[in-house]
Amino acid sequence: MLEDKDRIFKNLYNDMGVDVLSSQKRGDWLDTKEICSKGREWIINEIKSSELRGRGGAGFPTGLKWSFVPKEVSSRPHYLVINADESEPGTCKDRDILRFEPHKLIEGCLISSYAVNAHKCYIYIRGEYFNEGKKLQKAIDEAYEKKLIGKNASGTTWDLDIYIHYGAGAYICGEETALLESLEGKKGQPRLKPPFPALIGLYGCPTIINNVETIAVVPTILKRGAKWFSNLGKSKNTGTKIFCISGNVNNPCNVEEEMGIPLKDLIENHAGGVIGGWENLKAVIPGGSSMPLLPKETCETITMDFDSLIQQKSGLGTAGIIVINKDQDIIKCMARIARFYKHESCGQCTPCREGSGWMWRMLERMTKGEASREEVDMLMDVTKQIEGHTICAFGEGSAWPVQGLLRHFKKEVIKRNNFNPLVNTNKNIPYLVDQHLLEKENA
Amino acid sequence: MSLKKVAKDQPDSFEFNLKNIEAAKKIISNYPTQKQQSAVMALLYIAQRQNNNWIPLAAMKYIAKFLDMPYIKVYEVATFYSMYNLAPVGKFFYQVCTTTPCMLRGAYKLVDVCKSKISEKENELSKDGNCSWTEVECLGACVNAPMIQINDNYYEDLDKEKIEKIIDQTIKGETPKDGSYRGRVNSEPENNRKTLMELKNA
Repeated sequence: MLEDKDRIFKNLYNDMGVDVLSSQKRGDWLDTKEICSKGREWIINEIKSSELRGRGGAGFPTGLKWSFVPKEVSSRPHYLVINADESEPGTCKDRDILRFEPHKLIEGCLISSYAVNAHKCYIYIRGEYFNEGKKLQKAIDEAYEKKLIGKNASGTTWDLDIYIHYGAGAYICGEETALLESLEGKKGQPRLKPPFPALIGLYGCPTIINNVETIAVVPTILKRGAKWFSNLGKSKNTGTKIFCISGNVNNPCNVEEEMGIPLKDLIENHAGGVIGGWENLKAVIPGGSSMPLLPKETCETITMDFDSLIQQKSGLGTAGIIVINKDQDIIKCMARIARFYKHESCGQCTPCREGSGWMWRMLERMTKGEASREEVDMLMDVTKQIEGHTICAFGEGSAWPVQGLLRHFKKEVIKRNNFNPLVNTNKNIPYLVDQHLLEKENA
Repeated sequence: MSLKKVAKDQPDSFEFNLKNIEAAKKIISNYPTQKQQSAVMALLYIAQRQNNNWIPLAAMKYIAKFLDMPYIKVYEVATFYSMYNLAPVGKFFYQVCTTTPCMLRGAYKLVDVCKSKISEKENELSKDGNCSWTEVECLGACVNAPMIQINDNYYEDLDKEKIEKIIDQTIKGETPKDGSYRGRVNSEPENNRKTLMELKNA
C-alpha cells in the first residue's frame, strides 16, 4: 500500500478544509514562483521525465503533449483548457478534486499555463456539478484575492485569468474537440483530427486540454521532483492515481493508490470486498464503462496500470472500477451501458448514431432471451462496424463493452438466446426487417 | 443526443431582468471580443433559472439577439444538451441516475418509488404540481450510488425508504437536506478507511 507521505491528494476525504490557508499548510502555493522561474523548458522536461500520463482516459504523455504547442506566441494567443466534464460511468474522482482540493488544480493551472504560454485558462465543468463549480469559483476568488492568480500571478510576472464554463449534460463534451466546440457555444460534436488542438484549438488558437487530475498533480511533481514520481508505480505507468470503486462492493470509495496496484488489493483491502465474498465476483469493468470487462479469473492477478490492462484487451481509462457480482445479470448490465451510449451519441457519424441504438436494442432482447443464436454473432459484427469508423473515440467506447461481454460471456448469452433464426421457421412475420429473407412464394 | 419535446404553450415574449442582464454581460466578458457566442450555454442557464426552470422559445430568440447570433444556432444548442428543459418541470425536478453503477445498487427501486409517488410517466407533473421526475444518465457520483439530483443538489446513498421520505418532504414544498443519506461527507470507505488515518484522527 502506498505510504501516506507519498499521497498527493492529502485532503481527498476533506479532513483539513479546502480554503487557501489550509491548502497552503499542506504545501499548495509553496514555491510556485521558484518553479516558474526555472523556465518553461525545465517544467516541460521535468514532466516528461516524470512520465506522467494523462488521467482522463487515453493516457497520453502529458509532457509530450505540452511540447507540441508552438514555442513562441504568434498573433494567436494560447489557451489552457481543463476538462472537468467527468461523465464516464463509474468515475467520480474529479468531483472530489474540485470540491476538496481546488487549490491544487488552480496552482496546476498557473504552472501549466506558464509552461504552454497561456494567459487564459477555461475550466469546463459538467453542468450537473453545479455545487462543485461553486466551490471551485470560491477557491478561484480566494486565489485572485491573495494575488496567487490574476495580474503578476504569485509574483511570477505572468498574468493568468481562470474562468469556469459549465457544460449542460452531454457526455460527448468530455472528448477534447467536442469540448472545444461546446466552449465556442456550439453543439458538442467532435472535430476531425488533425489538426490537433495543440496547433489549432479553441477559436483556432493553440490549445492544451488536460484532465483535472493531470493538472492537479503537476505542482506536486515539480515540488517533489520527477524522480520521486517516476519511482512510484511501474515504468511507463508511473505515479499515483485516484481509483473509484463502485458497484457491488461493501465499501464503495475513492482512494489514491500507486499505479500498478493489484485490482484484487483495491477491492478486498480498500473497498471492503465484493458483496457476498470474492467467490461471488462475476466481472469487473476496470476503467469506466468504455473499457471491456474482465472476468473473475483475470481479476485475480491483474494489476491496475495502462499497459497491463491493454494486454488483457481492456484499458485503465479513468480508473473507475465497476464491480459486478453474481447476483446481477451481466447481460442486463451491459445492455444498460449500451443504452447510455445510445443516449449520449452526438449523432454526427452514422455508424455510431445508428449502431449504438442497434447494440442497445439487441442487448435488451438478449437480456430477455428473445434473440436467436445467429444474432449473437451479428451483434459482434455491428460492434466491428462501429469501431474505428467514427470521428472520435466514442465509437470504440460504445463498441468495446459489448465486445468484452461477447469475449468473456458469449456462452452465457448463447445459452439464453438459443433458438433458430426466425427466417428458418418460415413464418410470415410482416415486421421482420429483412423480409427478403423470407422465401415467399410470390416473391 | 437527447430527445425532448418543446412545450406547446409558449409565452409570447421573454426578457432578462436587470440583474440577469448584468450577469449575462459579465459572463460575455469572460470570452474574447467577437467570441460572445461562447456565452450561449451560460445565458440559456440564466434564462432557465429566471423562467421557473424551463426555457421558452422566446428566450432563445432573445438570447440570439443578445449575442448577435442566428436563432437556429441557439435552438441547436438548447436541444442538444440534456440539461436545458424545453417544457415546464416541477418546482422539485427529480433526476434519477440509472446508469450501470447506480443500477447495480438498486436505482430502479428509486424509479419505482418515483412512479408511484410522483407520476406514472416521466416528465409529468405530480398531482400537487410540485414535483416531476426523469431518468438520466450517469451523474458522476458512482461511489455514492444510488443517487438522484433534485434541481442543483445531489442526494446520495439512497434507498427506497429514504427517497420516499424525500418525496414526502418535497410534496409539502420543503427542500430536503442534500448530500449523503448515510452520513458520508466524502467518498471514503465507510468504517473501512485505511489511508490518511493520521489526518482523520488529528
